[in-house]
Amino acid sequence: MGINMLKPQTRSTIITYAIVIVAFVAVTLLDAMGLISHSLSGQLVPICAYVSLAVSLNLVVGVSGELSLGHAGFMSVGAFTGVVVAGCLTRFGIESELVLFVLSAVVGAAAAGIIGFLVGIPVMRLRGDYLAIVTLAFGEIIKNLLNILYVGVDDAGLHFSMRDSGSLGMSQGTILINGPKGAVGIDKISTFALGIVLVLITVAVVLNLMHSRDGRAIMAVRDNRIAAESIGINVTKYRLMAFTVASALAGAAGVLYAMNYSTVVPSQFDFNQSILILVYVVLGGMGNISGSIVSAAFLTVLPEVLRPINQYRMLLYAIVLILVMVVPHLKVYQRAAESLRRRFRKDSPEPAVAAEGGEADE
Amino acid sequence: MEFLANLINGMSLGSVYAIIALGYTMVYGIAKMLNFAHGDVIMVGAYICFCAVSYLGLPAIAGVALSVVGCTVLGIVVERLAYKPLRNAPSLNVLITAIGVSYFLQNAALLIMGSDPKSFSSVISLPALRLFDGALTISATAVLTILACVAIMVALTMFTGKTKMGKAMRACSEDRDAAQLMGINVNSTISMVFAIGSGLAAIAGVLMCLAYPTIMPTTGSMPGIKAFTAAVLGGIGSIPGAALGGILLGVIEIFARAYISTQLADAVVFGVLIVILLIRPAGLLGKPVHEKV
Repeated sequence: MGINMLKPQTRSTIITYAIVIVAFVAVTLLDAMGLISHSLSGQLVPICAYVSLAVSLNLVVGVSGELSLGHAGFMSVGAFTGVVVAGCLTRFGIESELVLFVLSAVVGAAAAGIIGFLVGIPVMRLRGDYLAIVTLAFGEIIKNLLNILYVGVDDAGLHFSMRDSGSLGMSQGTILINGPKGAVGIDKISTFALGIVLVLITVAVVLNLMHSRDGRAIMAVRDNRIAAESIGINVTKYRLMAFTVASALAGAAGVLYAMNYSTVVPSQFDFNQSILILVYVVLGGMGNISGSIVSAAFLTVLPEVLRPINQYRMLLYAIVLILVMVVPHLKVYQRAAESLRRRFRKDSPEPAVAAEGGEADE
Repeated sequence: MEFLANLINGMSLGSVYAIIALGYTMVYGIAKMLNFAHGDVIMVGAYICFCAVSYLGLPAIAGVALSVVGCTVLGIVVERLAYKPLRNAPSLNVLITAIGVSYFLQNAALLIMGSDPKSFSSVISLPALRLFDGALTISATAVLTILACVAIMVALTMFTGKTKMGKAMRACSEDRDAAQLMGINVNSTISMVFAIGSGLAAIAGVLMCLAYPTIMPTTGSMPGIKAFTAAVLGGIGSIPGAALGGILLGVIEIFARAYISTQLADAVVFGVLIVILLIRPAGLLGKPVHEKV
């Protein structure tokens, strides 16, 4: 009753937060009762990471309307920066896992944000498919550079090399990033609770941005760039803003993701990873934040659920993906949906219209 | 001499990219979609040829022919089932569908052929050419690849320029609605483009296996991305652009591998792409589109 009196925007915001919190409580309870399988509980942190990634990519693809195919690149910048930060802090005697995680996530997000900003300056000169291919190119370049990056830490500080781990010039330090072998010996400090907090922060940042003056400017640029420009909106600034914020959030999600494993390798963050995140966004609905959350969680769990038919699960995943996209455009489906809708309208014409109005506001 | 050898190797690799990029660019030109499954058609083509030669014991030419026919049929079927219903859908939906098709082909190949790489080198064995008293050795496959690319380019230019079907294709890519009003069957034209593109992908797959004779279910994805890059580099939608972009990309890649760093070759390739797009935002031979208010 009460929730229907709110503005549609506020209502959808509340629903979005509620989804995350209810999911957290439900999963925690189920876990406490021992109802969650081992393989699924191992997926909880990655789910949070993918949800954050999907929400942040939605800011670029859905809200700002630019197709980005390099989101995994920013994720990897965050992940590897976070690993280095955590490695250094451990070396200098910081024990608290919470402090370690928060500092790594903040620095990782900042690094990814800076890279996103620098990448964004040239990228935002382009449009459409050309922009897409350049984000793809940057993602691949970042992966390539990380592949030859060696970082170690000893008492003297950090050591970098682009050649091999031997040329780091350390005698008794620890190697943090070992070229193609990736980040090794990570402390697994990510937890489901931290993941949920990160998801909530990501959602809050994106929703607040969307509902602010800046966010409306971003959406105006998406809907009609020329019209937006003609009323004095700085197109490049707002496109760059969305891109940078999304990159920073992806960086934080990357830290969360990396800290869940003992090793991560650069080749994990390739084009396919970017595509995977894009699939979450498109299936969840462009510009629809709660849709991104649900689809990212669902699609991360789906291959796990399909594990009994291990051999065929990716094949099935592919078929599901194609069907979800194609079926709504089939004439048979459209006719059936139309007749259903007509029947629904005849029974109660007003709620149907109201429901449609509510959706259009999203 | 080393420079010349690298140049020829680069042109050979570039020819493969160019043949794949032609498929990308033609499909983009007419259907305005990025067909991410195109790279996997290459893989299917290579597998068909491999099976025909290794298991059925057919001669190499028959294997190539079979693989072209197989991929052409595959292209038409995929277009009919997955892309045709989405003709008027938002372009991102089509993109995701193409990704779904790509996953499907890769995983189907994984189930049928297994994950272990198959190697085949028995398709064509020609002696390498030795020039300048053996100072310059050119592999026969490199020459064959470059010749195949030139032949395909000439044939395709004639086809799009002179034949009725080719004119219909150009008309459709210019303005689909107007073409339809002129009595052109847009659907069959698009099918035709997919058929040609997939057939070319099969040839590219076989040629690629001559130079790098291992096939895996993921064999096609990286060349697919590179060829897509090549198509954009040349100006997507433009047939000469795809050829130019492909060859340029191949040469840059081989030179970067030889003179800069093996590990950074891909980064150099993509870096060049970015620089070129910043100078010419519509690609090398692409027509800049002026926006109307």
